[in-house]
Amino acid sequence: MAKQFGTLFLFLAGGFVLSLVIVFVNWLLRPRNPNVAKSRTYECGLETEGPTWVQFKISYYLYALIFVVFDVEVVFLYPWAAAFKSAGLLPFVEMAIFIGVLALGIWFAWKKGAFEWN
Amino acid sequence: MVGFLTTIFNWAQGILGLPATSLADALPWWDILWAFIYFVGAVILLIINVIMLIWIERRAAGFFQERVGPNRVGPLGLLQTVNDTIKLLGKEWIMPAAADKLIYLIAPLLIVTISVTMYGLLPYGPGITPVTLNVGILFFLAISSVNTLSVLMAGWGSNNKYSLLGGMRTVAQIISYEIPMALSIIGIVMITGSLDLGTIASSQAHVWNVFIQPVAFVIFVISALAELTKSPFDMTEAEQEFVAGYHTEYSGIRFTLFFMGEYANLFSMSALGVVLFFGGANGPFLPPWVWFIGKTYVFILFMLWIRWTFLRIRVDKMMKFNWKVLIPISLANLLLTGVGIKIWQAATGAIKW
Repeated sequence: MAKQFGTLFLFLAGGFVLSLVIVFVNWLLRPRNPNVAKSRTYECGLETEGPTWVQFKISYYLYALIFVVFDVEVVFLYPWAAAFKSAGLLPFVEMAIFIGVLALGIWFAWKKGAFEWN
Repeated sequence: MVGFLTTIFNWAQGILGLPATSLADALPWWDILWAFIYFVGAVILLIINVIMLIWIERRAAGFFQERVGPNRVGPLGLLQTVNDTIKLLGKEWIMPAAADKLIYLIAPLLIVTISVTMYGLLPYGPGITPVTLNVGILFFLAISSVNTLSVLMAGWGSNNKYSLLGGMRTVAQIISYEIPMALSIIGIVMITGSLDLGTIASSQAHVWNVFIQPVAFVIFVISALAELTKSPFDMTEAEQEFVAGYHTEYSGIRFTLFFMGEYANLFSMSALGVVLFFGGANGPFLPPWVWFIGKTYVFILFMLWIRWTFLRIRVDKMMKFNWKVLIPISLANLLLTGVGIKIWQAATGAIKW
């Protein structure tokens, strides 16, 4: 267990170090001639107007909400799926009910018009 | 350094409620050496993959569009990407003055970190899996969805309206298509009875899962394309709508890191497809890792074929297609798989009614 998670930690840390090394090599090699025009926000050559960080469209938020609901339920489905073959008939019935609830959720969101992108 | 690690290790043991052992007992030096060998191997594989994949993609695009593609630098243009990489390494740092500096700088580092970690989870053959986790597939999905965070950070941190729009759209797309992908994988897990990627691969020695779960395979390919934001789902890079999506403001080395991450993910996602549906490293005559890499490249070519054949679809249609078609179908597929397994078990007498 320690071996697996140690290797995993090495991959995470090493990946970060790798990307830092690439950036560092570039930092050594880069030409340095800063210019005000270069660091302006690029929006097709026009001057940028108004703030970018404004309130955002509600549809994105709705998708995110439905996603959270579904993703959590999918996580519950994984251990069930792993034990499915060794278990009897009862888990199957239980999970049919669970998937039924999921389907009901989709149907509700569908009728509420959450999947319409206007 | 060692003292610091020992403290962290003891603390983690305390949290997990494990019997206290010393760091040297739990992690002997040969394990650490193997971890380093695996890491270096994975990085070399990643870099070769990225270089090869960019070349293959450009050549394949040329082939599909009846033109030649890059063919000047090196034999068949093979050194074109090497050339480009060296050029990009010597580029100037340009950062928009209005950007949220920290978020803007971390986003490309994060995407490379995640793709390197994903390479560590793949079973390249029996005994050549860097990290064998008993919840491998779940962890793979979890870590691949951290990419969403990187996209969102890039889009938000750039302080550019095109970047933000592109980033938001990409996030909505990736998180939506993650659900049918996860649901299609559950069917495979039900058949195999294991969450470990190596076990899933080796359980297909006789019949590939693609023949048992064809519907799941189709759903997997569609959602993998969407996860990778490849055409017909490349709303991210809809040049006509917003310049280059979330990496509009990135140039030089940071753009290279995003590009690297994207192509590294193309490989690891295809490798996941091979593990789940095409028997992983199983195959006669040749060594297993050759089969694994070969199958993955065939899968990648298949993805590229789709990519260069279909047109980009509209964003509202894409979302509707996901929620109203893919998810209901994958739920139905799940139920059917369950019924099928139980009928098969009853027929072979594995369970009693």
